[in-house]
Amino acid sequence: MSGEKKKGALGLQMDSPMERVFNGLIVENPTLVLMIGMCPTLAVTTSAINGITMGLATTFVLALSNAVIALLHKIIPDTVRIPAFIVVIASFVTLVQLLLAAYIPSLNDALGVYIPLIVVNCIIFGRAEAYASKHAVVPSFFDGIGMGLGFTCAITCIGLVRELIGSGTAFNIQILGEGTVIPGSVGNFLAMYQPVRIFVMQAGAFFVLACLIAFMNRVKRNMAAKGKDTSKFGVGGCCTVNTAGAPVKINAEKKEEDK
Amino acid sequence: MKTIGELLTILVTSSLINNVVLSQFLGLCPFLGVSKKTNTALGMGLALTFVITLSSAVCGLIYKFILIPLDMGYLQTIVFILIIAMLVQFVEMVLKKYMVSLYKALGVYLPLITTNCAVLGVALLNVQSDYNIVQGVVNGFATAIGFTIAIVIMAGIREKMYYNDVPESFKGMPIVLITAGLMAIAFTGFSGLR
Repeated sequence: MSGEKKKGALGLQMDSPMERVFNGLIVENPTLVLMIGMCPTLAVTTSAINGITMGLATTFVLALSNAVIALLHKIIPDTVRIPAFIVVIASFVTLVQLLLAAYIPSLNDALGVYIPLIVVNCIIFGRAEAYASKHAVVPSFFDGIGMGLGFTCAITCIGLVRELIGSGTAFNIQILGEGTVIPGSVGNFLAMYQPVRIFVMQAGAFFVLACLIAFMNRVKRNMAAKGKDTSKFGVGGCCTVNTAGAPVKINAEKKEEDK
Repeated sequence: MKTIGELLTILVTSSLINNVVLSQFLGLCPFLGVSKKTNTALGMGLALTFVITLSSAVCGLIYKFILIPLDMGYLQTIVFILIIAMLVQFVEMVLKKYMVSLYKALGVYLPLITTNCAVLGVALLNVQSDYNIVQGVVNGFATAIGFTIAIVIMAGIREKMYYNDVPESFKGMPIVLITAGLMAIAFTGFSGLR
């Protein structure tokens, strides 16, 4: 590999904008592959529109906070980096919240408390810590865009599935069940569908996510059986990563303190 | 008596009917991550109860007496998350100094609470629903109790489930999520209490 630039996702040049975007969308998709940021994934996916709004809001925060953190990480002392990152992230979240309240108040009401809660979304903090604090501004920005779009696609799809099964609509357009917009005999056939309400209720979120993770587990097992690299796959649940990693890290820090 | 009645309503609503994990999806991370054993789940629940109650009091006071008079309500998210991070550190330091046994019991879970969305969620919901300070504290306490109930039940089920034969793909997180879904259905039964 001498003299050759390091190859990243899909054979594109490592850390180039395109490579970062595809990396976030496909190779390291935060929801489907890394399995982080599960709380908003479950909470706001009652409809595809909610999912897409939440995803875009997160993308915005992620891209800008990544860029700012990449800009500032040399100035911020290592000991206070966590509070400093949180302030940067929280500022952008407040910005998004005010913009949504001003221009799309209906969506702001639908998403409610989950918009300010983007602050504690593990994806944002995780990317700040894992990528932005080690790389330059431009790749960090595109890393944010890629990760954000990956998250958006995943939660929009989950939202679409839940909406379609649970109330027979897609993006608020009636497709299945009574009052379908599709005309003719196909429409008559589709109108017989009875929406399964439980899918838009809380329990449905758990079931859909469970099936999704089970599917990804299967993909992972098949890949492992063919001898492909599966090290990027998460273990499931944002916080399993957190809870598994954090105590160890904290204990290590404590030991240092005790010395 | 009216106020006590109101407080009781908040207590029942926040702990059972609108259970924080199963119906609002806040604090899912520790719910899925730290629910492998009943006693650690209980420890997590107690630590969270302590921090949420304290933080809803402090956040309520700061919102009412500093942010509102200065007309800076829009800064709530930034201010609250910093207060919570500070409070968690502070609680950890106090416990380490004066209550070593409790510190050892909760020690590992305390730092994790900063990133728990339930704490920030409760502080923000208190402001959104116009609760006064006492109502806010009761709401925080009730929410945390609801979390403790849910996580302890979950841990109990997971301990039993260890011996069950689960399909290969559903091992680990998926079966836990299915269990959570079934619990969520069971908890919707509490809406009859309203």
